[in-house]
Amino acid sequence: MSWFNEFPHMEDDSLRALKQTIDEGFRSFTRGYGDSIESFFAPLQKFLLLSERLMTQTPWPIIVLMILAIAWAASRSMKVVLGTLFTLLAIGYLDMWDDSMRTISMIFVCTVLSIVMGLPIGILMARSERFQRVVNPILDVMQTMPSFVYLIPVVMLLGIGRVPGLIAVVIYAIPPMIRMTNLGIRLVDKDVLEAADAFGSSHWQKLKNVQLPLALPTIMAGINQTIMMALAMVVIASMIGVQGLGQPVLKAIANQYFTLGIFNGLAIVGIAIIFDRVSQAYGQRLQKHREIVHG
Amino acid sequence: MANQHFDGIKIRNLYKIFGPDAAKHVEAVKNGLTKTELMEKFGHVLGLKDINLEMPAGCIQVIMGLSGSGKSTLIRHINRLIDPTAGEILFNGVDVARMSQDDLREFRRQKTAMVFQKFALLPHRNVLENTVYGLDIQGIARSKSTDIAMRWLERVGLKGFEKRYPNQLSGGMQQRVGLARALANDAPVLLMDEAYSALDPLIRVDMQTVLLDLQKEIKKTIVFITHDLDEALRLGDQIAILRDGQVIQQGTSQDIVLRPADEYVANFVKEVNRGRVLHVEAVMMPSSSAPVGGMTIAAGTTVEEAVRMLSSVPDGDVTVVSPSGKSLGVVTFRRLAEAMVNSQEVPNRHGRTLAVAH
Repeated sequence: MSWFNEFPHMEDDSLRALKQTIDEGFRSFTRGYGDSIESFFAPLQKFLLLSERLMTQTPWPIIVLMILAIAWAASRSMKVVLGTLFTLLAIGYLDMWDDSMRTISMIFVCTVLSIVMGLPIGILMARSERFQRVVNPILDVMQTMPSFVYLIPVVMLLGIGRVPGLIAVVIYAIPPMIRMTNLGIRLVDKDVLEAADAFGSSHWQKLKNVQLPLALPTIMAGINQTIMMALAMVVIASMIGVQGLGQPVLKAIANQYFTLGIFNGLAIVGIAIIFDRVSQAYGQRLQKHREIVHG
Repeated sequence: MANQHFDGIKIRNLYKIFGPDAAKHVEAVKNGLTKTELMEKFGHVLGLKDINLEMPAGCIQVIMGLSGSGKSTLIRHINRLIDPTAGEILFNGVDVARMSQDDLREFRRQKTAMVFQKFALLPHRNVLENTVYGLDIQGIARSKSTDIAMRWLERVGLKGFEKRYPNQLSGGMQQRVGLARALANDAPVLLMDEAYSALDPLIRVDMQTVLLDLQKEIKKTIVFITHDLDEALRLGDQIAILRDGQVIQQGTSQDIVLRPADEYVANFVKEVNRGRVLHVEAVMMPSSSAPVGGMTIAAGTTVEEAVRMLSSVPDGDVTVVSPSGKSLGVVTFRRLAEAMVNSQEVPNRHGRTLAVAH
């Protein structure tokens, strides 16, 4: 009756052999293709370095003005701009400027990458039921798999550094972008789509004139979520060598530096709030003509 | 440009069955399977059954029916937003149902324009940008299309509203944008799917007037769907009444009001203001003798109008004259008054044949 009390599992030896075989296989794959994969990601490395240099080597007043200008252009709200200014000054005054700039640059690159890859995937998902059935479970895995787990193969393949960190962050942050693009396009009013057909739109014209513009507020919500998740991932990514606000936090955990941890943590929160308010305000402005203001 | 050689739309033996195996059941329906049987036995819905319509160029063809009668399905066959199960839709002799996707797209761009019940405007574009929409799709440069759009916006009474957004306009004004967008296409066929049904009654009458005034100039072939018989009688050069996917009567407004094909149509007609629909020539005593002097009244005048004119003059015969001045017949005030309230059938005095579908 031992099978009743204890779950009958695979032979210890064969289980160990199985794990070893998979590990061996992956290791030889890494040895065989690691270099070509690394060179494949080289342009990303360049993009990352460029954006990091731009953020850290530009004098801080110019960066502050730039961020404030973007905040104003997107939100047209004095409240948001003032909040942004206050947060940036506090971060700088508490000597976290350089780390913050590295983090912002990382988030920027991650977001751009997520949009560039997520938008077409989302559009394809909205067009094809079959593609949606394939992609949805993959997104489920990406969102629920503990992030430490997929750090392992990424590090094995690419070592420690910015690019593996970027990949880890993008894997974690891209699902909302894809899902919201898909949802936004599927929710577009059927009457307007029929009108587009009746006037003889091609698929591309329909996408460009009707589906994307009408889905844009939903897509913006997806971008907002992507940014938030990328920020949440920054601390974990610092474990594999991503510089920025995550590293002091990691140091604080290891050495029990309470204040260092809380300051850097709050800086991440501050940056998150800036990104969130600015992108949400922009999304709101996109919606301006949708509400019914006249019967 | 688009009007050359256009000889109207012909619909022949059109069937539409909704369901996964629609094509299989066409023969059975042709052999007399009813809508209810098709639903019960096979779970398919009979949308349209043996539709035959000829819509001459330059006329307003109204298709009238209650909800579920298949009228919206029918109009969507003309630009093939819905594919037919069997039958032909001939446009200048070309079957729309057999066009390739590219031909169909070109056909929709150049030959048809559509106005929708729920307007279907793009909320993120302003009035002007919505109006050039069809021209954008045709690939016409904005510098050119803007002029065209401005002209039509002015024509439908929206001058000064170009920069507004649809949500800042009332329903009536939004539908004017929908109309301007369709007219800007300059297509020979204008499809109007319950275009005025979402508007309140006064604005609806207003928009009907806009359409009738425009039609005098543009002479398009207009297919107008409605559930409102008053609207149908006011707009239609030809009216087809649809019930359960079949045409139960087609004819002019005079035919429908004076000689309803069956009980169902008669029930509708009962509620109609006959004085506004009937023309004097439909109720006159025909006579070809020359005018005997005295009052004359132009053919095409409605009975109501005639009663108003005659109420202030002494009794007597009034001669109905054609536009060329020829005498057609005589009416009296009494005869006109009778026609306004009498719902009994008036014998057909013109020898005009009734078009009644089987």
